[in-house]
Amino acid sequence: MKLTKEQVAHVANLARLGLTDEELERYVHELSGIVGYVEQLESVDTQGVAATAQVTGLSTILREDAELKKPLAEPAELLNCSQRFDEQSGQIIVPNVF
Amino acid sequence: MDLARLTIHEAAEGLRSKTFSSVELTKSVLDQIAKRDGAVRAYVHVDEEGALASAARADERFEKGSPLSQLDGIPCGLKDVFCTKGLPTTACSNILRDFVPPYDATVVGKLKDAGMVLVGKTNTDEFTCGSSTESSCFGPSHNPWDLERTPGGSSGGSAAAVAADECIYALGTDTGGSIRQPAAYCGITGLKVTYGRVSRFGVISMASSLDSIGPLTKDARDAAIVLKAIAGHDPHDTTTPQLDIPDYLNSLGQPCLNGLKIGLPKEYFSEALNPEVAQLVRDAAAVLEKEGAILKEVSLPLTPSALAVYYIICPSEVSANMARYDGIRYGPGPEAVAKGAELELEEYYRQARGEGFGPEMKRRIMMGTYALSSGYYDAYYKKAQQVRTLIIQDFQRAFEEVDILLAPTTPTPAFKLGEHTSDPVQMYLEDVFTVAINCAGLPSLALPCGFSSEKNLPVGFQLIGPQFGESRLLQAGAYYQTLTQWHQMRSQIAMPS
Repeated sequence: MKLTKEQVAHVANLARLGLTDEELERYVHELSGIVGYVEQLESVDTQGVAATAQVTGLSTILREDAELKKPLAEPAELLNCSQRFDEQSGQIIVPNVF
Repeated sequence: MDLARLTIHEAAEGLRSKTFSSVELTKSVLDQIAKRDGAVRAYVHVDEEGALASAARADERFEKGSPLSQLDGIPCGLKDVFCTKGLPTTACSNILRDFVPPYDATVVGKLKDAGMVLVGKTNTDEFTCGSSTESSCFGPSHNPWDLERTPGGSSGGSAAAVAADECIYALGTDTGGSIRQPAAYCGITGLKVTYGRVSRFGVISMASSLDSIGPLTKDARDAAIVLKAIAGHDPHDTTTPQLDIPDYLNSLGQPCLNGLKIGLPKEYFSEALNPEVAQLVRDAAAVLEKEGAILKEVSLPLTPSALAVYYIICPSEVSANMARYDGIRYGPGPEAVAKGAELELEEYYRQARGEGFGPEMKRRIMMGTYALSSGYYDAYYKKAQQVRTLIIQDFQRAFEEVDILLAPTTPTPAFKLGEHTSDPVQMYLEDVFTVAINCAGLPSLALPCGFSSEKNLPVGFQLIGPQFGESRLLQAGAYYQTLTQWHQMRSQIAMPS
């Protein structure tokens, strides 16, 4: 299946990925190639076959309902990984959303 | 004696008997890096000072006669996706170029508790997405056997470092072949563990239902030593089951092949396989047969579909995992903002991500977002997960007939840098013999089994077992290595000059 440029632009917007016009054109071509390749799965009969998301059979593992022990890193250390960390206020400053 | 050439078990013996010190061993490795890494480019960050300090502390323990483990004082390279407290961890991506983690990954903590001398961080394809290290923002690593060729990927830096004696062992990650393929291309041993056998906490995620962590080493015994140190349940990673850790070193090197049923999956010996590679892999099977193993052809009929399943599931999960790289929590943010512009939030995300991710990441994020988008989910992701179930059933049927499987690791020896960069599907075909094993969450041990005649490039095969069957693979692999010398070969560039 050949994707259109509009479809690819829509997907880029969903992914919040800023692409140049040249990149858009390239991904129209490359994604069409990959989609064409993976469409071979249509020929595999999967009627009534369950989907596998976890291969060793574990599901919904919960931790003990108890207070966490000492954290691996202090909150300030974690916040400090962001270049937008404001030491004075102790917060990460993001652009206005309104 | 060139200490950097030693295996873990040889080095551990030398340290214990005080034939040499950890500082001497570490200096030998650092010397090797100084000599070779300008050409091989296995490392993206070398911590010489930290390594020598760790080595000195290890030597104090050996002085007191109380080493922490068999890994105490032994120099190691870590793929640059393992979080290392206070040391840069970049995933070889511009979007994480300045990231310094405030904590260690669980496996890094375990290795530090075992006395690891951390030499540095090794190169990888960006966020481990690739088969050649060419998508690294730092540029590619080079194969120590032929510098014009790729060491493979994504753990190509780790494999090249081991093959060039720029560390004694390394860790990598394997999501679709990223330990085994570079191990094969570089003529070393690589272990992909059962999904969940080793904690992934603190290791930068690529595709969460496929990712696994394992050692790249000079032989199978070393792989067993490292696995013993890193395996097990971790409360921080809920996919690690509370299963006992076997003593992986038990009966290593002992005859273990008598009556062992080894399946040769006929789909792995298809036309895609280079005839010379096919012959070398069959020769390896014959070595095992001579020692009493029973060879049997088996069929894994879904093999041709595995790559398509992988290239839906992997990018889908990549696109979800990459959502956190928004230029706010991590990364430098848009250039325009650095120059003083004010952007509204969504445009901020678009520019931060558009500038921060390289072409392969963008391709996978786009493919994954498309596959998961409204109206396409059932046709792609769900369909792939259903076929994944059939792939798992293929393997289950095979393991009713045989104990382990033996197959080539890659269709050809290492390809040239630049050979596949313009054609993503061709690059993806490099993973044709490895991805199905990740889809089924199985362990697989990649071992060297010879050299191509024309170019003298390493060729490898893999032993595949049922889930949590690492012990048997390591036993068979270690015994194979008592019968062959392929794992002892060193490239010219890695030879002492």
